[in-house]
Amino acid sequence: MGEKSPTLREVIKETVRHHLTVEKGVALGQCLTAVGWVGGTLPELYEDDGMVEVSMADVAGGGFAVGMALAGRRPIYVIRYQGLNWLNAPSIVNYACKSKELWRRPCPMFVRSIGMEGAIGPVAGSSHHSLFFRMPGVKILSPMTPGEYRTAYREFMAEDEVYCVSEHRGSYTNTEELPDVLHDAPDFALFPISICRFAARQAAEELLAEGIRVAVHHVFRLKPFAPSREALASVGRARAGGCVLDDDYVDGVAKALAHDLSAATGARMRVLGLQDRTAGFAARVDNLPPSKDQIKALVRDTVGKR
Amino acid sequence: MKLDDALARTIYERAALCRAFEEESFRQVQKGNIKFPVYLSAGQEYAPATVSAWLERRGLAERQIFIQHRGHSTYLAFGGDLDKLVLELLGDERGCAFGMGGSASIQSVEAGIYGHDGLMGSHGPIAVGMCYANRKPTLCFTGDAAAEEDYFLAAIGWASTKGLPILFVVEDNNLSILTEKKVRRNWEMDKVARGMEMAAFDLEDDPEQILARIDGALERPMLLNVRTHRLFWHAGAGIDSTDIFDRHKAFGARVGADWAAGVNERSRKTVEEAWARNLRLCAK
Repeated sequence: MGEKSPTLREVIKETVRHHLTVEKGVALGQCLTAVGWVGGTLPELYEDDGMVEVSMADVAGGGFAVGMALAGRRPIYVIRYQGLNWLNAPSIVNYACKSKELWRRPCPMFVRSIGMEGAIGPVAGSSHHSLFFRMPGVKILSPMTPGEYRTAYREFMAEDEVYCVSEHRGSYTNTEELPDVLHDAPDFALFPISICRFAARQAAEELLAEGIRVAVHHVFRLKPFAPSREALASVGRARAGGCVLDDDYVDGVAKALAHDLSAATGARMRVLGLQDRTAGFAARVDNLPPSKDQIKALVRDTVGKR
Repeated sequence: MKLDDALARTIYERAALCRAFEEESFRQVQKGNIKFPVYLSAGQEYAPATVSAWLERRGLAERQIFIQHRGHSTYLAFGGDLDKLVLELLGDERGCAFGMGGSASIQSVEAGIYGHDGLMGSHGPIAVGMCYANRKPTLCFTGDAAAEEDYFLAAIGWASTKGLPILFVVEDNNLSILTEKKVRRNWEMDKVARGMEMAAFDLEDDPEQILARIDGALERPMLLNVRTHRLFWHAGAGIDSTDIFDRHKAFGARVGADWAAGVNERSRKTVEEAWARNLRLCAK
């Protein structure tokens, strides 16, 4: 019997435990030790162990994390809903992200910003990594697999940078790595981000059964965005271009990445993400990331096989 | 702590250097040698001069200091390098913030002074976070307007909750640019801090008053709201009124007029020489 693969949830939990107990770092945020321990991603540790409950003042909380980073404690700062990035980001993007360049004082911190969606209304839902994306001095990763999460943490500990880690609760049960899907002569190329990666993989499998070859190049590193030579060659060869898929509004990361891919390859790029409207709570007015079926429809339309 | 003659003279010397620096900076703005907005702190020297002298008397060498955008006097009073400040105001990469900080975002690695990012009051939570993380004595200087920021108030609350060794010094010049405090709010910072269970006092910028209240600071959280009297414009070289109380003149009588005149003259010369030296350096 082989050993059961850990879920991403378990890997995050062990990463935080290691950070506090071995690296003697800190983790902070709101309501961390409440029932649920942030979706089961935190070990049952308390303030004496470095797990710090802060007040419910979001903007100040971001500043507390920056101060802890300035003190060299490499904080893991937990933002439980990415919509709360709006309140938590100001000191992170204006102080921590600029400190190294402005004052030559690095301010390394690991921001765990957690996306989710479905019936949670106009603010709490979806991913909002685009808020961080437009600012200098930040690295943005969106790990959806155990291996990617370990990579993100390892790289963070080896550097003195600000990391924004765009997580998604929908990925926490995942145990598998997500390799790119490659074709010698693809009809289309997808560049999915965050939770869209799972739907993209399924869509590609089902479209292949219809005779449409869809390459999938998973986007783990949003900023700096440095697509592999293989990914660039793939989209360059793709008969009908490609599409960036995001769990955020498209006027941000998705369009920026699409622009970079188009500029590098000449390929015609599209974007698919949240619709440009406010999400309501009820299912009929929700605003969800592109589904497998929406992705398939876009690909069929684009390659001319409807 | 009592204000004895030696301490009074130390405070005066520090304030005199700060005043001379701001007056010369005023002239350098007028000459066009400073090419970005400058936030002069003339009239606000006595809070940092007194607190730094108190710290020195207590022998507290290890401390970390967060300053506001109007921070030249705090920088100099706590031992920031004069030449590096001049170079910074000239935009030179040999400056204290490597030519990136201008007037508002100065720092001193040697003196343990952390720069301000320009987001008003953001240094409040950052100072509290750093103090929480390393428990080192922490000073946070801020203006009365920046202290109104919601996150600054939240930082005071959390510092109190955690019992941190932090001293907030609100340099209360009553003005946000030119908007008076009474237009902006009907409350005072010391009362808010006391409401958050923190020792807090409302004082004039008289060293005697500050020293009478400061004992116990940096052992427990404390806030001093120090009423200052900004002599120059919010930004740049100008004077809003010629009828503003000047603590430096008043305190000169305490240390002796003749002695004070000598200190002012020496400070003026030191600063002028620093500017001349560094203007030559930058011209090369």
